[in-house]
Amino acid sequence: MRYEAPGSVDEAVKLLADANGAARVLAGGTDLLVQLRAGMISPEVVINIKDISETKGITADGGGFCIGATVSGAEMGEHAALVAAWPGVVEGVELIGSTQIQGRATMVGNLCNASPAADGVPALIAAGATCTVAGPNGQREVPVADIPTGPGKNSLANGEFIVNVKLPARPGNASDAYLRMIPRTEMDIAIVGAGVNLVLDDSGTCTEASVILGAVGPKTITVDAAAAALVGTKVDEAALAACAAAASAAATPIDDKRGTVVYRTKVSGVLASRAAAIAAERARS
Amino acid sequence: MNEQPKQYKWVGTRAIRPDGVDKVTGRAMYGADLALPGMVEGKVVRSPHAHARIISIDTSKAEALKGVTAVITAADMPVADSKPVASGEAMINFKDLANNVLAREKALYEGQAVAAVAATTAAIAEKAAALVVVNYEVLPHVIDVMEAIKEDAPVLHDDMFTGGVKPKPEKASNVANRVEFALGDAEAGFAAADLVIERKFTTEPVHQGYIEPHAVVADMNPDGKVDVFCSSQGHFMVRAFCSQLLHIEMSKIKVTAAEIGGGFGGKTTVYLEPLAIMLSRKSGRPVRMTMSREEVFRGSGATSGAAMTIKMGATKDGKITGAYAELYLQAGAFPGSPVGPAAMTAFAPYDLDNVKVVGFDVVSNRQKVVAYRAPGAPISEYGVESVVDELASELGIDPIEIRTINAAKEGTQAAYGVKFGTIGFQETLDAAKATEHFKTPLGPNQGRGVASGFWFNIGGESCAGIRVNEDGSISLTEGSPDIGGSRASMALMAAETLGVDYHSIKPSVVDTDAIGYHFVTGGSRVTFATGMAVVEASKAAIDELRARAAKVWDVDVDGVVWEDGHAKPASTNVGDFEPMSLAEIAKVANKTGGPISGHADINAKGAGPAFGTHICDVEVDPDTGHVTVLRYTAVQDAGRAIHPAYVEGQIQGGAVQGIGWALNEEYIYDKNGRLENAGFLDYRVPVASDLPMIDAIIVEVPNPTHPFGVRGVGEVPIIPPLAAVSNAVAAATGVRFNQLPLSPPTILAGIAASK
Amino acid sequence: MAKHHITTTINGEEAEYLCEPQETLLDVLRDQVGLTGTKEGCSSGDCGACSVMLDGRLVCSCLVLGVEAAGKAVETIEGMADGENLHPLQQKFLEEAALQCGFCTPGVLVAAKALLDTNNNPTETEVRYWLAGNLCRCTGYDKIIRAVMDTAADMRGA
Repeated sequence: MRYEAPGSVDEAVKLLADANGAARVLAGGTDLLVQLRAGMISPEVVINIKDISETKGITADGGGFCIGATVSGAEMGEHAALVAAWPGVVEGVELIGSTQIQGRATMVGNLCNASPAADGVPALIAAGATCTVAGPNGQREVPVADIPTGPGKNSLANGEFIVNVKLPARPGNASDAYLRMIPRTEMDIAIVGAGVNLVLDDSGTCTEASVILGAVGPKTITVDAAAAALVGTKVDEAALAACAAAASAAATPIDDKRGTVVYRTKVSGVLASRAAAIAAERARS
Repeated sequence: MNEQPKQYKWVGTRAIRPDGVDKVTGRAMYGADLALPGMVEGKVVRSPHAHARIISIDTSKAEALKGVTAVITAADMPVADSKPVASGEAMINFKDLANNVLAREKALYEGQAVAAVAATTAAIAEKAAALVVVNYEVLPHVIDVMEAIKEDAPVLHDDMFTGGVKPKPEKASNVANRVEFALGDAEAGFAAADLVIERKFTTEPVHQGYIEPHAVVADMNPDGKVDVFCSSQGHFMVRAFCSQLLHIEMSKIKVTAAEIGGGFGGKTTVYLEPLAIMLSRKSGRPVRMTMSREEVFRGSGATSGAAMTIKMGATKDGKITGAYAELYLQAGAFPGSPVGPAAMTAFAPYDLDNVKVVGFDVVSNRQKVVAYRAPGAPISEYGVESVVDELASELGIDPIEIRTINAAKEGTQAAYGVKFGTIGFQETLDAAKATEHFKTPLGPNQGRGVASGFWFNIGGESCAGIRVNEDGSISLTEGSPDIGGSRASMALMAAETLGVDYHSIKPSVVDTDAIGYHFVTGGSRVTFATGMAVVEASKAAIDELRARAAKVWDVDVDGVVWEDGHAKPASTNVGDFEPMSLAEIAKVANKTGGPISGHADINAKGAGPAFGTHICDVEVDPDTGHVTVLRYTAVQDAGRAIHPAYVEGQIQGGAVQGIGWALNEEYIYDKNGRLENAGFLDYRVPVASDLPMIDAIIVEVPNPTHPFGVRGVGEVPIIPPLAAVSNAVAAATGVRFNQLPLSPPTILAGIAASK
Repeated sequence: MAKHHITTTINGEEAEYLCEPQETLLDVLRDQVGLTGTKEGCSSGDCGACSVMLDGRLVCSCLVLGVEAAGKAVETIEGMADGENLHPLQQKFLEEAALQCGFCTPGVLVAAKALLDTNNNPTETEVRYWLAGNLCRCTGYDKIIRAVMDTAADMRGA
């Protein structure tokens, strides 16, 4: 195995393209090193993108935020403005692993690793985030929802990597939330995850909503019916119940070592409605 | 927290442990921390199959790899006789142990060692391990204990016929053994009952979960001498097992106990040690072997999973009239589940006239079980304590009250044979009842559970040496690997006995060449048995110190007494001598006969049984089935707490292991019998944020056979939590689950089914 | 395969080592640099026994490549005491018996110090979640949590 730490986007793209699929990008490394150690992957070259300035830092961007690909969960949690604007996105990322993992793990890595249970992804998709993909043909903006394509698979072509993620500007009466179900309180992979992003008008009526489920399908599930159950309501009990029912109906989980179909189906609704209630409460305050 | 009795200066204090600074600064040397010049790294080749015949093993490719220094298979190991030898809390059959260490004809579980390699680097060793070609014939497998006893189940050992039944069965089966204990007439007891409750329970196998993976460095000389440095609960056990397995005289094997990073019973056997010696012999170099976490989960440890039936009857006023238990404990690939102790402990907390317990030791295609804290007892007592709770609730009796009505006390005849001496069960119940915790009201979706537990505790062989140094300081030697602060307790007992400053004593766990045989650190025996040896060695040193003072004063030794660290004339008739301190006697030792020491080599008898009673509050999320442990109190009779902080630590740690067992720990297998959760990510031991503080309450009912009254404390605390948590969940949800773990999907399914 | 020559700072002192690209910082610390106080419990980031500070961030050294430490500052348990003077956390862990086998202790101490360096008034819940990635199988965490809280109280009082 070779190790490279390019200093520019172009250099990284060239290294990636030259490796022709035998390269792996190192951002936080918390998935990559586990996979290396377990012998699940044996890349010819590992490309550390942390020395590339465009992958670093969080910047305010036209009311929204641009988050570099190598920004760790801990850095996101420490960014007060980001937390205020997108608490759900940040709490999703912050649920990934321990304090130690947070010091390294990145939201973009979580996205590219494409686990169906990724905690960093549902709220990010609910937020309508996009990402900048650099590749041999230059850079393109892609909705983050289009990156994961199935368990462990993403839509990045040979030579491509994600440079940053952009969260849009948002109105005042808007917020988001992410909840997951795990057997312990920490250190587990989600059995079910639910991210909800919503906008209220001045009267407290929900005008826009997005409900995304994780860990109950091969990739995240966008539950339009659950969102529709919230829009036009004050996110009251009836709306939350309808949201829960729609989420449970949309879930397509499997039985595996972490949970059962029955359990995941039921809890999809529970978490979607609870996340919606939290997001609404945040939007109101 | 009890006040320490006034007569003791050191016993009962919270002294700083002598090995503490090494452990908070990273200096302490654990199993994997030793590197020797020229050392190579060993790696195990493991079976990918749950059950397979080994047709052939081709090691040529591995041997040809540059950097490889040795490859071994079972062919390199002597063939062991199939005979059970008493060893620790179980009988050891060295043929089984040999096969478990390195499979010969069949691999009986996924992860069983089939070959091992050594190479100049770990990376090369790993590569070489992958180049060992094992040709398997895959056989049908069976994982679950109740599946394994079925008529048509795949049979693991075609020479195994159920023991303990007459006549001897004609057909081989997976039932290795049947045990039975009875007292009175259980059926008559049920006939006399106003209420009889019979329930079936299941528990899953759980791993000890020590954070330090198994690790060893072995170095064999061309003259046949072997040095072993390893993390274990008994370096004498390592010496004995390696000697037996490899046919090397014990005197040629020196084992040094590394600091041990947790064991809980799981390090009372060998896995890597014999392999490392064999690889070192072949390599002509020191060999280090360490397990990965995945190997720890697949290839080591675990206690039994079980299925059981518990039936108990009681009168309206709560007197238990009859009790019956039928236990099926999974042994793993080779016989030897702790079904014996499970059967013996099941009803031991209670004074019962009519008891019958039947137990079965069942093999299946999972790793061989090894001791885990009070082996067997948490399983059987979980079932019993659940039924006791249900009896109490059906009869409208407080859960502590029903236990008080039936509690074993001094003179109670236990079904397993003994008549109890001085015991402190009732005292734990009284202390539990008196807690503010027990009286605090609960909120919605919350429930409180109470459960008790019993464990025998053991004594066994221990030795100690007290060497009085020229300056009056004390070197204390013993041979019980210190797994949780025992060196501090040894030094406290020596200081108390000798009447010297605790800080003047340096206790060491010395190697197998330097002291006599010790039974393993297990059975909650070290503070009791090794402590007894330390006290006796201290007394022997005192006798010598008195003799030296007598010599200086030119009086008869009987005229010299030892008080408060000084030799004093026994009376004014002896003469008017200034008391001589230990240091003063030491200073003139060369004039009075040379170095001064005291030794004791004992087989300690009279271990005091111990009891605990726990109270657990939980809240259950009715929509997700998630259980939160809100509050936890653990009361235990320690006899005498030599070092109360480490006694509390044992209680707290044991309670949390029990909570993990109750809530989330389990092995998950795929349809091919391969473990799916061989890591801390999905084998869910409790993390800090899962828990409240664990209030540990020490009750002291001294054990009359120990000089300071010590009872073992390490094992009891893992017993009550299984039922305490389960009873709390039942109270919170109104549903009795009768199965562990109480993971969220199980709870939600149970709640749904009850509606 | 060529080894990388890495220059870094470990516990305040410049250090150099040669490492293979796939070797972790944990491997390097233990096998090349000889700092075995950092422990390997899982090598998958689940146990925290290998916790170190990397440029002021708490990380699992099993999830950092040795080559990544180039030009960075690494702090391990061996650097926690100031000569003969133990760090207040180390002292408190001894006084309150917050360790049993001691194997998780270096990682716990490094992690706890990272918390108290930024927050000397954490709640019990904050301490528990901060240390959720440091598995301890011996203590049930009770005395660990108390020792961290009590050290924080001392630091506030000082």
